[in-house]
Amino acid sequence: MNIKEKIIEKVLALCALITILTTVGIIGVLLVEAVGFFREVSIIDFLTGTEWTPLFADKNYGILPLVSGTLLTTFIAIGVALPVGLTIAIYLNEYAPKRFKKVLKPLLEVLAVVPTVVYGFFALMIVTPFLKLFITDLSGFNALSPGIVMGIMIIPFVSSLSEDALAAVPDSLRQASYGMGSTRFQTAFRVMVPAASSGIMVSIILALSRAIGETMIVAIAAGQTPVFTFDPTVPIETITAYIVKVSSGDVPQGTVAYQTIFAAGITLFVVTFILNNISFWIKNRYQEKYE
Amino acid sequence: MGIIASISGIVVLAIFIGFVIYMGIQRLSWDFIVQLPSRFAEESGIYTAWMGTVWIMVFTTLISFPLGVGAGIYLEEYARQNRWSMFLEINISNLASVPSIIYGLLGLGVFVRMMQMGNSILAGALTLSLLILPIIIVSTREAIKAVPSSIRDASNALGASKWQTIWHQILPASFGGILTGVILALSRAIGETAPLIVVGALVYVPFAPQNPLDEFTVLPVQIYNWVSRPQEEFIINAAAAIIVLLGITFIMNGIAVYLRNKWQSKMEW
Repeated sequence: MNIKEKIIEKVLALCALITILTTVGIIGVLLVEAVGFFREVSIIDFLTGTEWTPLFADKNYGILPLVSGTLLTTFIAIGVALPVGLTIAIYLNEYAPKRFKKVLKPLLEVLAVVPTVVYGFFALMIVTPFLKLFITDLSGFNALSPGIVMGIMIIPFVSSLSEDALAAVPDSLRQASYGMGSTRFQTAFRVMVPAASSGIMVSIILALSRAIGETMIVAIAAGQTPVFTFDPTVPIETITAYIVKVSSGDVPQGTVAYQTIFAAGITLFVVTFILNNISFWIKNRYQEKYE
Repeated sequence: MGIIASISGIVVLAIFIGFVIYMGIQRLSWDFIVQLPSRFAEESGIYTAWMGTVWIMVFTTLISFPLGVGAGIYLEEYARQNRWSMFLEINISNLASVPSIIYGLLGLGVFVRMMQMGNSILAGALTLSLLILPIIIVSTREAIKAVPSSIRDASNALGASKWQTIWHQILPASFGGILTGVILALSRAIGETAPLIVVGALVYVPFAPQNPLDEFTVLPVQIYNWVSRPQEEFIINAAAAIIVLLGITFIMNGIAVYLRNKWQSKMEW
């Protein structure tokens, strides 16, 4: 009996160990192929080059065009998701009647449930033609439309995390503010939001990390033209869209072109990893503050 | 202001979905469901795509369910509070926010190339399993945490071993919560596109897969494939396939929410 219990514990521990192996696997795979890549291409050219043409005869391996494309769509997405998400969080926490809140929260989650390939379709087929009515020289593929759609998709991330942060602020602060004669609006924006600022920061950083890693929306609607630009109306290419483009074709293993997707992948992984850890760090400090 | 912001996203999404239904409903028919893909949009169906999705989901469930629940039980019931378990926890929340396309690269490097599974269903299902594992682990732990300690104490007092307590008391009591988490995780997996493209799912698949080592395509990848074409007819096909995919996703989430509500009212001991 005792042996059986021991075995069960070991088996369960193995299940947990798989998560460690996954991390090791990710880092290992990315490193092995990226090291192969950086044997061919200098890391300085990679990080500072403004031309990305690994599949052409005249090969250039500067990642900056992909980075600018990624940043462009990411910032447009945050530009949409942050004001809307934060307003929702403040409204739900400070103004909304309980019944309304109970209906609204699950409805908001629906936004996060829709598959990203479907959002890509929306961006390409609905939002881009719609925006063209106002911006006549908007290209069929552009950063603006997928950025906006991505922003809509991550609204629930920002709103639910920010709302948790607001709800964690002790009620005494709110009461004190009212006691001083503040209005609801003053209490919300001068007291509650600053008090929850670290939690709101966490929500922004996680939304950033999510937007940087988002793939299908940009692969469908942003185009596949790596240009180093911050113009939201022209076709661009993001890191993720590049990986999808190369994977869709048949690139033989061992070639530099095959290794580029891992080099692009490790760039993506490092950036999101740093962002996630910054959010952990803030979260830990912030939890200490109120306990 | 607050109300407008709160419902704006939902209203926009409703308009989007209305548009897709308006566009795709004309193509949606029994033939569309049972036909093989074709060069001609009007003759193309989603048979291979949804069969691939079914295969992938069956194997993803078989792999991720036991692993995720096992890991969740271990972390909640066995792991001691030390550096090691803290490391495990941080690692899991880190994995949860790794972009899905990175899992695709992992699958490509390890399952497709190193283990030589090729662009197979098995490689795809393993990749998706690793992707949703953190979600299952976290929801398993939360479901177990919600079981009142009186149940555990009573079982221990009756002389049950640790595993007997878990198997006969804790798991049945938390099963509703665990199931909710698993269904939510699977509904996420069913819509995943990027990692499957990276492990090689975009190949044109003329027939439905017969075994787990066959090549495959899935609904979202088929949609991507059709959206990327310039012809209007293929876009209509994509819209029709989106209606099917959204239908499946919403039904799965509906079941999960229903289970969660049922389980939560039961859990008020």
